Amino acid sequence: MNPYVPILVIGAIGFGFAAISVVAAAITGPKRYNRAKSDAYECGIEPSPQAAGGGRFPVKYFLTAMLFIVFDIEIVFLYPWAVTFDKLGLFGLVEMMIFILTVFIAYAYVWRRGGLEWD
Amino acid sequence: MTATQQLLGTDPGWIILVKGLIIFVICVVATLLCVWGERRIVAFMQMRVGPNRVGKFGLLQSLADGVKLALKEDLIPKTADRIVFVIAPIISATTCFMSFAVIPLTGTVQFFGHKTILQLTDLPVGVLYVLAVASVGVYGIVLAGWSSGSTYPLLGGLRSSAQVISYEVAMGLSLVAVFIYAGSMSTSDIVAAQNHWWFSVVLFPSFVIYAISMVGETNRAPFDLAEAEGELVGGFHTEYSSLKFALFFLAEYVNIVAVSSLATTLFMGGYHALPGLGFTETWLGGWFTMVWFLAKVVAFFFLFVWLRGTLPRMRYDQFMQFGWKVLIPISLVWIMVVSTLRVMSQRNVGRMATGGFTLGVVILIIAASSLLDSNKRRKAREDELGEQLPPSFPVPEIPAPRAEQLNG
Repeated sequence: MNPYVPILVIGAIGFGFAAISVVAAAITGPKRYNRAKSDAYECGIEPSPQAAGGGRFPVKYFLTAMLFIVFDIEIVFLYPWAVTFDKLGLFGLVEMMIFILTVFIAYAYVWRRGGLEWD
Repeated sequence: MTATQQLLGTDPGWIILVKGLIIFVICVVATLLCVWGERRIVAFMQMRVGPNRVGKFGLLQSLADGVKLALKEDLIPKTADRIVFVIAPIISATTCFMSFAVIPLTGTVQFFGHKTILQLTDLPVGVLYVLAVASVGVYGIVLAGWSSGSTYPLLGGLRSSAQVISYEVAMGLSLVAVFIYAGSMSTSDIVAAQNHWWFSVVLFPSFVIYAISMVGETNRAPFDLAEAEGELVGGFHTEYSSLKFALFFLAEYVNIVAVSSLATTLFMGGYHALPGLGFTETWLGGWFTMVWFLAKVVAFFFLFVWLRGTLPRMRYDQFMQFGWKVLIPISLVWIMVVSTLRVMSQRNVGRMATGGFTLGVVILIIAASSLLDSNKRRKAREDELGEQLPPSFPVPEIPAPRAEQLNG
């Protein structure tokens, strides 16, 4: 059998449980309307009409996400190399050193330019 | 195809279904027990008693809390995006169970007269799959924070997602050395490769980096900045109530158990017994291996609770700097060192050369760390004097209207 089928099974069980819980919550809980209940929670003061920044994400987080993608791709290249490491021998080691050092230069640049700072 | 893949490939459909249900039940029961256990242990650490009224030793406390949550009103704020608001907890709760599909909970056992392993499937890319599922789980957090249409959840969701993806890099890098030594990404092969020595001993730095990043990955104290009560109320799930909130809570604890299970599988020899107690593995027809597995997972969970009881919360900028500027470079250097040592041992370059290389690396690390230290001290002195030196690298000029705004 395809080894990915069992993943669908556990996924379906988890999804079923979550979906039933969400539906059940609407049935089992009471419903007493009150205007204050549907306001955004801001510790009791009058809530602002919108989330901070109009509900948009600050650009700082996109920078983090892009750095994450750079390193995630590095990891994606590292994994197959690691699995076949013993077969590749010295050649694979040297190649991967060059690759890691190349990414390291970019990393040092980001660090120097303050891309890793939070203020 | 390995032996485990062949063995699991012959499972009939009903066994897969039963195993899926067993794993699901284990996760849910583990969550209930973990919540209770955490409250009790933290209580004892703080010289309190903790929940001890509902059931024996308070064991049913979390179940009672769950029932109570189900009987609470299910609120959706009027600023919320209603569809995404409902989908987000479902994503979180679904993905947290899925990472268990590749974790081997026992050795070979008799399962209703059928020889199998309590592991749903054995993928050749098993660990990569776990990381992938964990990444999908981030969507639940981001969408929950965004769709609430409220300030605190938005900030909490952003913090949480930035934190999870930052520490996932460190986590991913810490596993590379494991794959080099096991020669495979399949969880069962990795467990088999730890027959003689656990990877937590052989690859101790990898283990330490993984242990730190798993705490960051699950948003737990001292890295629980996403729900720093003093700053953000409850973080991304502030607006959630009733069972939707319970789903996020469940997902958090199932994720803790999942990263602990992965740590057990990759570094602590998985379901194998402690060294010297190998004879216990045949007890109960092989089912006793599950006791070992769960014991190791409980040990990791205790570590989580211990950290929470001991350490104060970190500041967010320090926390992100720690991930990006400490954990990631250390893992990269460690990968290079360990792979070089491995090639050296393959080519039989002799003890002298290996020792010389190790010594060289140690000296380089000491030199680099002392350089960083003196740099930091210089910077601290500059800050004290209040002198702001212009940066030595070129900085693009700020456009005129924006500059006026900034300068008042």
